[in-house]
Amino acid sequence: MKVLVSVKRVVDYNVKVRVNADNSGVDLSNAKMSMNPFCEIAVEEAIRLKEKGIANEVVVVSVGPKAAQDTLRTALALGADRGILVETEEQVESLGVAKVLQKVVQEEQPGLVILGKQAIDSDNNQTGQMLAALTGMGQGTFASEVLVDGESVAVTREIDGGLQTVSLKLPAIVTTDLRLNEPRYASLPNIMKAKKKPLETKTPESLGVDVKPRVKVLKVEAPEARKAGVQVNSVAELVGKLKAEAGVI
Amino acid sequence: MSILVIAEHNNVELKDATRNVVAAAQAIGAEVDVLVAGFSCSDVAEAAAKLTGVRNIILAESKAYEHQLAENISALLLEVAKDYSHILAASSTMGKNLLPRVAAALDVAQISDIISVESPDTFKRPIYAGNAIATVQSAEPVNVITVRTTAFDAVSTTGAAQIIKVFNDIDCGLSAFVSDQLVESERPELGSANIVVSGGRGMGSGENFSILESLADKMGAAVGASRAAVDSGFVPNDMQVGQTGKIVAPDLYIAAGISGAIQHLAGMKDSKYIVAINNDPEAPIFQVADFGLVADLFEAIPELEAAV
Repeated sequence: MKVLVSVKRVVDYNVKVRVNADNSGVDLSNAKMSMNPFCEIAVEEAIRLKEKGIANEVVVVSVGPKAAQDTLRTALALGADRGILVETEEQVESLGVAKVLQKVVQEEQPGLVILGKQAIDSDNNQTGQMLAALTGMGQGTFASEVLVDGESVAVTREIDGGLQTVSLKLPAIVTTDLRLNEPRYASLPNIMKAKKKPLETKTPESLGVDVKPRVKVLKVEAPEARKAGVQVNSVAELVGKLKAEAGVI
Repeated sequence: MSILVIAEHNNVELKDATRNVVAAAQAIGAEVDVLVAGFSCSDVAEAAAKLTGVRNIILAESKAYEHQLAENISALLLEVAKDYSHILAASSTMGKNLLPRVAAALDVAQISDIISVESPDTFKRPIYAGNAIATVQSAEPVNVITVRTTAFDAVSTTGAAQIIKVFNDIDCGLSAFVSDQLVESERPELGSANIVVSGGRGMGSGENFSILESLADKMGAAVGASRAAVDSGFVPNDMQVGQTGKIVAPDLYIAAGISGAIQHLAGMKDSKYIVAINNDPEAPIFQVADFGLVADLFEAIPELEAAV
């Protein structure tokens, strides 16, 4: 079975982003960029499926600028077999990414597609579900366990209040949640080897997909800052303030 | 302009989140209907009919909708939601699972996790884990939107909407429900509790969370955790408060042993009062806390329990 994994290049999760002075967006110049953490979990899951002999090929795809090559090379160093960059300078929205991925799915015919549940920049949590709609596949979102069994996959999902397990007919779409696995680090020899792995470049146009944004960003602002309060010196003082000043207990 | 709200429920009870989503819908326009899709869920429809200001309840009962499978419910929505200008659901795991599938099927963009309605086509939503707030405008014929429920005050229950049954029974055959493992708890739900007691990496282990649970039981509070505590394997992910977990805004939020990473703050900074208990005086959590106590939480938490 072939497994397709999509990865996104985003600002590193340790970077505290700042809003531009003209409120047009956030300032990412010189910011460290990395693979979206949920996408790392997706890559790891695909590699584990290959190690178990369930998958025979892991293909990674990214929709983004030329620099997203680095993100694909990271995935190749972790163990993916080949990469596809769908290169565009446009800020592609979830629906656009899903449409691009739909074309890649048509070409590659994977048995399973794994995506991160959400990117930590746009925080949309949409692409996997949208891809499932466009390809007419079943969806196992927010996965904490993925068990492939012949023609179907059992996905345990993190839902409000606990877990839900669903069975999906393959091919299917899975999006990852935090506890699915703990991603490995790439070893130096594997980083070197990854440089020789095949990486193909396409464009949304060559795939016949219009990725122009549908939603206009009018303005981006810093959130209202919360004022720091007071230090209390004892539990008794804390309880006193909660009763008298806050009135919440 | 008319708005369809997807009810959040478990076939028995209407979840409170629906009341907040109806409030967001009413900020967009006056004609608000609620879809109750499930199985043997007429009690839920009755409860939804009482929500103030709702016009009609659309009730679709089928085995295919019992477990809110996105494949089947989105197919139902494509049938019943044709005439609406807006489709809204809570930004819960149910809403997040379902609505993007509906949006893509309608070939429209979705707007996730709105925190305010500026006009019927313009909304505010947090991005970058709440480090920035974007104002976005949609030009789509249908606006598919998930709502951050803590940002909207719940509507009351003085209504008397009409219940309209639809007989629709679509099972796509793409997915099947296997099982639920829900955490049975006497404590209030994390998302709607008035008081939340959360622990972080400083708790040291899952067993140590028992002191927070004991305090929570005394205060009638829900128990939460930071992502660090979840990643460390102390507690399950459904307890996670933060941008990648639940967004809460209780009257009182007590953070114990939580350093205050930006992604955690994004999940609780709208709480009315924040108490931080941490032995590190430099912890960033103190910058957002109304009341900060630099102390060993293993001494302070039992002392607090005794004092409240």
